[in-house]
Amino acid sequence: METRSENVLEVCDLRTHFRTDDGLVKAVDGVSFTVKRGETLGIVGESGSGKSVTCLSAMRLVSKPPAFHPTGTIYFDNNNLLSLTEPEIQKLRGERLAMIFQDPLTSLNPYLTVARQLTEVLEVHQDARPTAARQTSIEMLERVGIPDAASRIDQHPHQFSGGMRQRVMIAMALLCGPEVLFADEPTTALDVTIQAQILELMKNLQKSIGTAVVLVTHDLGVVAGITDRVAVMYAGRIVEEGTTAEVFANPQHPYTRGLLESMPRIDTPIQKSLYAIPGLPPDLGNLPAGCPFHPRCASATNQCQNIYPETKVISSTHQATCWEIEGTK
Amino acid sequence: MNTMGKEKTETKFLDVSALEVQFQVPKRGGFLYQESAKLKAVDGVSFSMTRGETLGLVGESGCGKSTTGRAVLQLLRPSRGCVIFDEEPIHEFWKKKGTKWVWDQRLRDLRRRMQMIFQDPFASLNPRMTVESILAEPLRNFDVTQGVERREKIQHLLMTVGMDPRCMRRYPHEFSGGQRQRIGIARALALGPEFIVADEPISALDVSIQAQIMNLLSELRENLSLTLLFIAHDLAAIRHVSDRIAVMYLGRIVELASAQTIVDRPQHPYTQALLSAVPVPDPRQEHSRQRTVLSGEMPSPINPPAGCPFHTRCPLCEERCRREVPVMRTIETGHQVACHVVN
Repeated sequence: METRSENVLEVCDLRTHFRTDDGLVKAVDGVSFTVKRGETLGIVGESGSGKSVTCLSAMRLVSKPPAFHPTGTIYFDNNNLLSLTEPEIQKLRGERLAMIFQDPLTSLNPYLTVARQLTEVLEVHQDARPTAARQTSIEMLERVGIPDAASRIDQHPHQFSGGMRQRVMIAMALLCGPEVLFADEPTTALDVTIQAQILELMKNLQKSIGTAVVLVTHDLGVVAGITDRVAVMYAGRIVEEGTTAEVFANPQHPYTRGLLESMPRIDTPIQKSLYAIPGLPPDLGNLPAGCPFHPRCASATNQCQNIYPETKVISSTHQATCWEIEGTK
Repeated sequence: MNTMGKEKTETKFLDVSALEVQFQVPKRGGFLYQESAKLKAVDGVSFSMTRGETLGLVGESGCGKSTTGRAVLQLLRPSRGCVIFDEEPIHEFWKKKGTKWVWDQRLRDLRRRMQMIFQDPFASLNPRMTVESILAEPLRNFDVTQGVERREKIQHLLMTVGMDPRCMRRYPHEFSGGQRQRIGIARALALGPEFIVADEPISALDVSIQAQIMNLLSELRENLSLTLLFIAHDLAAIRHVSDRIAVMYLGRIVELASAQTIVDRPQHPYTQALLSAVPVPDPRQEHSRQRTVLSGEMPSPINPPAGCPFHTRCPLCEERCRREVPVMRTIETGHQVACHVVN
């Protein structure tokens, strides 16, 4: 149990399945990872790889039905988040666990002023008095770089630009100084110059507040700049995990290598043709047997078509799930 | 296809000069009576393209790059400026019908030679039409082929974009994003166009599929000798497919040069900031890189700043920039910049 004090979040064998018209969809199918206090873990993958559902499951925000109750365990401060009652999880959510979403326009309430949406968090979780809550909220808005916060706090979300709205979301999430922040594609909807601003802001705030961040993204460039460790997901499972430095310098899984190679880069000579991973993203309702990546993998063997690969240890902080990798089991 | 046998000279295949597009937008305030304001989405854009060239048009959302693309194709009527396509002034090919401007016959005929690929492969294909009828529509409109021949043509088109011709009985929802984008490309190619505007053709796709579609576009361009105006917000992607790149900000082109020059020797402070904001998938570089993070956001085109449109965020802003709009000037062969400060 000693490790539990260092790890703020421990996810073990998480499975979240959905019942759909096309059959059972295993969106998350046996995901395990840990997050240490104050660190940033990147979860990378394409749409449908299960990265968002992993976060939503931890926040207990997947709606049932269509989802089944997620199985596995998610330990946070000696509580299994998956077995807490609704009032218990509500106490944690917003105070010690927070989440920011990709599209700030659909995740802020358009009818309420920013003031109302921010002070509510403090009034619910910390029993703050309205004037004190308002003061704290204004200070938080200033910290996330909203100019003229004292007057803008009374505006509605539509009066803010995309980048400013994302700042409001970040302010709201950090009001109570959460221990874990799930950030689901926080900069995907933003322009690159605004993305650079928001990433810088998140880095600085994280340093001063000490929040652990789980950053979900499809952009390996963002991961390289901001995370300590990275987990690569494919078809509902983690296929490679390690420190960001190791995974980028020495990617092991063919999918990770393919992703890295197929990214058009600004710092390389112009390439006439880019490397492309062949084939299509997997259909989650109808996954192939064996390793789900084998139809797109150049080094797939008979074994890959039949049996799901074992996880191989490359170093104490780096592992990958593939038959073709040399490493200890 | 055009078999007029025009000599292949180095003349301009497409020449856009002082292009302007204005929109009427409701002003804030009135409930029953709303005053309208003018929004200049494109404000004096000029560039030209030679036959077979790929020009990348880059900028952030709201800078007017898509509007420029549409105005070049005359899908929107420019409020001012000229678009000369293969020596024909296509901006004049409009006629007034009642209070509305519509294309005249000459412009309709030119549609065979210029086409568009759209950003969202989910919104740009009619969900109630089969792939076959989607691809047959342009052929039917121009009465190109019929019956068996038309079906063969459609099968050929699907193969050109790397799809199984047997899928023509299926509907768009049965395909993934990348496959739908291929169908959109096949539709644009149906009439054998010479000029294509591709408006963010990869930004709605998964990372592993983006490279596939970019490679397909490069291949097609080579094999069919297309002239391509490639609109994107992703500088890293666009530089691999473009010969030259034009960077837009608030309705204007601020810098135009070869793809290599834009990345190696950007001159305009906005281009420099844009480049430095692009994340690189390499942790060592990301941690050691000196970043110029721009403060603030792009001003609203309804109420643009006086002088240089970029002066509100520019680290090099001088007194003159607040008053005078900088004009595009050539600083070396093939490299144009609109900035007072750059030498």
